[in-house]
Amino acid sequence: MTSVSGDAPMEGAANAVALTDVALSYSGRSPVLDGVDFELPPGSSLCVLGPNGGGKTTLFRALTGELTPLRGRVRVDGRPAYLAQTERTRLDFPVSALDVALMGSLAHGRWWLPARRSDRVAAHGALERVGLENRSGDRFGELSGGQRQRVLLARALVQDARVLLLDEPLAGVDPASGERIEALFRELRDEGRTLLVSTHDVDSARAFDRVLCLNQRQIAFGNPSTVLTRAVLEQTYGDEIVVLDDDGSGGPVRAVTVQHHHH
Amino acid sequence: MDLLEPLQSGIERRALLEVALLGGFCGALGYWITTFRLSYPAESLAHGLLPGLVLAALAGVPLLLGGVVGVAAAALVIALAGRDPRVGSDTATAVAVTGLLGLGGMLALSPDAPTRLEELLFGNPLGVSDGDLIAAAVLALLGCAALVGLHRAFGAVALDAAGARALGLRPTAVRIALLGLLAAALAIAVQGLGSLLVLAVLVAPAVAVRGHFDSPGRAMVAAGATAVVAGVAGIYASHLLGTAAGASVALTLCLAAAIGAALPPRPGGRPAKDATPAPHVPATGPNA
Repeated sequence: MTSVSGDAPMEGAANAVALTDVALSYSGRSPVLDGVDFELPPGSSLCVLGPNGGGKTTLFRALTGELTPLRGRVRVDGRPAYLAQTERTRLDFPVSALDVALMGSLAHGRWWLPARRSDRVAAHGALERVGLENRSGDRFGELSGGQRQRVLLARALVQDARVLLLDEPLAGVDPASGERIEALFRELRDEGRTLLVSTHDVDSARAFDRVLCLNQRQIAFGNPSTVLTRAVLEQTYGDEIVVLDDDGSGGPVRAVTVQHHHH
Repeated sequence: MDLLEPLQSGIERRALLEVALLGGFCGALGYWITTFRLSYPAESLAHGLLPGLVLAALAGVPLLLGGVVGVAAAALVIALAGRDPRVGSDTATAVAVTGLLGLGGMLALSPDAPTRLEELLFGNPLGVSDGDLIAAAVLALLGCAALVGLHRAFGAVALDAAGARALGLRPTAVRIALLGLLAAALAIAVQGLGSLLVLAVLVAPAVAVRGHFDSPGRAMVAAGATAVVAGVAGIYASHLLGTAAGASVALTLCLAAAIGAALPPRPGGRPAKDATPAPHVPATGPNA
C-alpha cells in the first residue's frame, strides 16, 4: 500500500482527507495507532478526541507525511498546514509575528531565496485577518498564547493550505483570542477548507461536523450525536471521563475528561 | 602601542586575515549552532578530529586533509557509539571523544611524530600558510553563501520543526546541512585555533549576541562581527603580551561572550513568561 500526502491535490476524489485501514508505528515497531478509517469532505470539520498517548498527534504526523503508514493509505488534498500547541514552538527565538506569518510562503517553494514582495503583502493581509495587524512587529515569543495561535493561523493562511491540522488550539487561550480563533474556524470552513482539531474538551466536540475517537485504535467516527455516547467515551477515555448528564437512552451525553477538568 | 605594528609583519598580517575570515563565517554559523543546541556535538567533533590531524602531520600531508578525515571519522565513531541503547547518547559520545583524544595524544607523542601536538591542540594562527588562508577564504565565501540560502529554512525549523515539515521543509535534512557546514568550519578553522580551542570561535560570539538582537539575521551578522573584532583583539593581545596567539584569540572570544552575557538583554530579548495559561474558554467549535 502507498501513502499519498503531499502537494498534489487528490485527483478525482471528493474528499479532502481519506484514510483507509491505516496502522501507524514508529521505527516499524508494533502499531501505536491501528484501524483508522474515515473520510472528510472539503469544508468540513473534525474533532479528534482521545487521551494523552491515544494517537492524536501520531495521526497528525501521518497526515503531514512525517510518518509512513505501516499499513493502509493516507490521502490528503494538498499539503496540510500544521499548528502545534504554541508552547511547543521556540519562544526564545527572535522572530516577529510578521516573520512567522511569512514562513507560510515557504510552502510555495523557493525556500533558498528571500521572501518576495507579494509574500510580504500576503503575510500582512493574513495578520490583518487574524486581528494582529498592529502587532506584526512584536516578537512572537512575547505574545500571549492566544495571539501566538493566531499568528500560526496567519502562517497557515499564507501557506493557503486546504487542510488544517490544529493541535489543541484553544488550550490556555485567553477569551478574546478564543472567540477570534473560533470565528476564524467558521470562516475557513466557509471557504471550503477542512479543519481537523484535536482537543481534550469533549463538550466542544458537539459543534463539529464529525468526531473521531482514538485510543491506540479508532474507537468511533461519525456525527457528534452518534459518537458522543457514554459507551464510546468510556471506551476512549476509560477512567479519565466524567459523564455529567446521561438520560440512560444510550444517546449523546455531556462529559469532561479529567485532563480537561484540571485545566 | 602602534596599532599598525602587527601589520608590518607578514606573519601577523596573515594571522589577522585568518582570524577575520574564520571569525566572520564561524561566528555567524555559531548563531545557528547554538540555536539548534548543537554546541556539545560541535565540541565533540572538534576534539574527536585530533587523530586525523596527527595522522596528517605524521604522513606529511596538509592538515586540512587530516581535519576533513578526522571530522568524518569522529562523526562516524560518535554516531556508532550513540546507537548503544544501554548507555545514554551523551555518555557514549563522551567516552568516544575521550578515546579519540587519547588516540590522538598517543600518536602525537610517539617517538616518530613531529613535535606539533601543542599546535594541533591549541592552534597557531601565526603559523598559517598561504594555502590555509586560501582555504579560509573559500570557506568564508561558500559558507556565507550557504548561510544566506539556508536562512529561511533554518528559521522555520528552529521555531517549529513540525510546522516546518508541514511547509514542505525536511527538518532532518536542514539539520544535516547545518552539521555539514559545522564539519567544514571545524576542518578548516582547526588549523588556526587547534582541536581544543576551535569551539570558541563557533560558540562564544553567539553567546555574546544572544538576547541583544530582534532578528536571527541581525544576530548572525553581529556574531560574525564580534568574532572578527575579538579575533583581531586576540592577535593584538598576543603581540602585546607575548602570549600564545591561539589561546589569546580563544580568550578574547570568551571574554566577548562574558561581556555579552553580562549586558542586559534588549527589551523583548527574552521570551514572555506566560507559563501560567490564561483562563480557558470552553470551545464552542467551528459550527457554533
